[in-house]
Amino acid sequence: MTEPQITGHISKRFDLELEDIRNKVLSMGGLVENQVANGVKCLVDSDSERARKLIADDHEVNRMEVEIDEECVQILARRQPAAGDLRLIVAVIKTITDLERIGDQAEKLGRIQLELEQQEISSSTYIKLEHLGELVGKILHSALDAFARMNVDDAMATMELDLRVNDEYDSLMREMITHMMEDPRTIRSSLRISWCARALERIGDHAKNICEYVVFLVQGKDVRHIGPKDQPGL
Amino acid sequence: MNITVTETAEDSATVPFDLKKHETSQSLKNFAGTIGEINVDDPKISTRNVDVYYGEKQAIFDASLDIGRNEVIALIGPSGCGKSTYLRALNRMNDTIAGCRVSGNLTLDGEDIYAKSMDPVLLRARVGMVFQKPNPFPKSIYDNIAYGPRIHGLARNNAELDEIVETSLKRAGLFDEVRDRLESPGTGLSGGQQQRLCIARTIAVSPEVILMDEPASALDPIATAVIEELIDELRENYTIAIVTHSMQQAARVSRRTAYFHLGKLIEVGETSQIFTNPRHELTENYITGKFG
Repeated sequence: MTEPQITGHISKRFDLELEDIRNKVLSMGGLVENQVANGVKCLVDSDSERARKLIADDHEVNRMEVEIDEECVQILARRQPAAGDLRLIVAVIKTITDLERIGDQAEKLGRIQLELEQQEISSSTYIKLEHLGELVGKILHSALDAFARMNVDDAMATMELDLRVNDEYDSLMREMITHMMEDPRTIRSSLRISWCARALERIGDHAKNICEYVVFLVQGKDVRHIGPKDQPGL
Repeated sequence: MNITVTETAEDSATVPFDLKKHETSQSLKNFAGTIGEINVDDPKISTRNVDVYYGEKQAIFDASLDIGRNEVIALIGPSGCGKSTYLRALNRMNDTIAGCRVSGNLTLDGEDIYAKSMDPVLLRARVGMVFQKPNPFPKSIYDNIAYGPRIHGLARNNAELDEIVETSLKRAGLFDEVRDRLESPGTGLSGGQQQRLCIARTIAVSPEVILMDEPASALDPIATAVIEELIDELRENYTIAIVTHSMQQAARVSRRTAYFHLGKLIEVGETSQIFTNPRHELTENYITGKFG
């Protein structure tokens, strides 16, 4: 089965409504992607100004979630979508929840930078997060790309990438634990870095969820909790 | 055939929906038989390679489908797709139409529906039908129900007849509303009540199968809900095939759904699958309100 066609309804207005929802999800995705990039950057560069803006912009992410949710409810009530349309609406409702949570994790990074600023600690050691941050940013981007193009192959490839995030996270954690054991004075800062790494790892998981929704949207298959490899016919 | 689908006033855009276009469309050109499982374990009605002609015009092409015992199956598809024709073939209602020919193998509990030995009147008592427009006889409510049992000799005396009338009205969920006026004319009831009267009339002759041809299309949402609730209760004792134009109704009441398009049975499957993940493009396009 080919990817669902959003347009082509007898009701042109329905076409417009679905297009509108999809565009809004994509712009929410773009915003969230920016938030994540800024979260990593504000820590790596010790840039509190960027952190403050990031925290302020989280409201916009939340606002978009509420707005898209509302539009989905309207479509469910007024159009009673079926088949591909129904799967699109369900996928959108779930995707924006994950996007909003990604936004929250990014905001967390900003708040940690502000804490560091208050305690006048330079976050120079946070350069360690840069690599993980880049990887997570890439996954999020590919997940949103797969969503935009409703491409299952891309979604599957992106889900595989999440394993690399987990590996990267594990190795960073090992490094932090070693630091803490070697020199207990670093515990405070090592813990903070671990929290940041944890936030990034969570973002990777949310991006992976979005990929799973793409598979559901296109093929009607639920690949959650099973892993793509064990799925027959994928 | 040109069918113009007009939306509600709110959606002012109207697009002429030309079914003929589909005939040449890629999706139907490559039609290689029905998608989905046509067999069921315990068929009440079994149809194989059914063709129906109105004179020269073929209305059903090689349709094969089982209808399971005590199952509710919904037949859906655009106007003129043959779903009503198929339904009417199941109790030989098409016999009454001049020039209509049915071929193929249709059986009810293994008995050939079109065998010479099959009495159409008895067949229609076993396979009852409810129509789109309520069609009560111009008689009292009581006589509407009692008519069938009388001609089929189902009651030995008046007490038994009273009993049949009461039970049928109760099963159709109408008894409480009409118990005090069984002698008033059936045509005086509201649309929803008339439809339930017709269902009660169908039940009165103890059919095995009930065919419903858009039974709720002329009813308001409340009366529709009552009919759907009734279908849900009837499924315990009867096999039901329902033709409906309402996608939501098909999704609500049926266990399996069959999609017809230009006389061909395109896809059949569990209702839950058809409405979330249909396998044929035409099914998808129809239930999502698309064309082309």
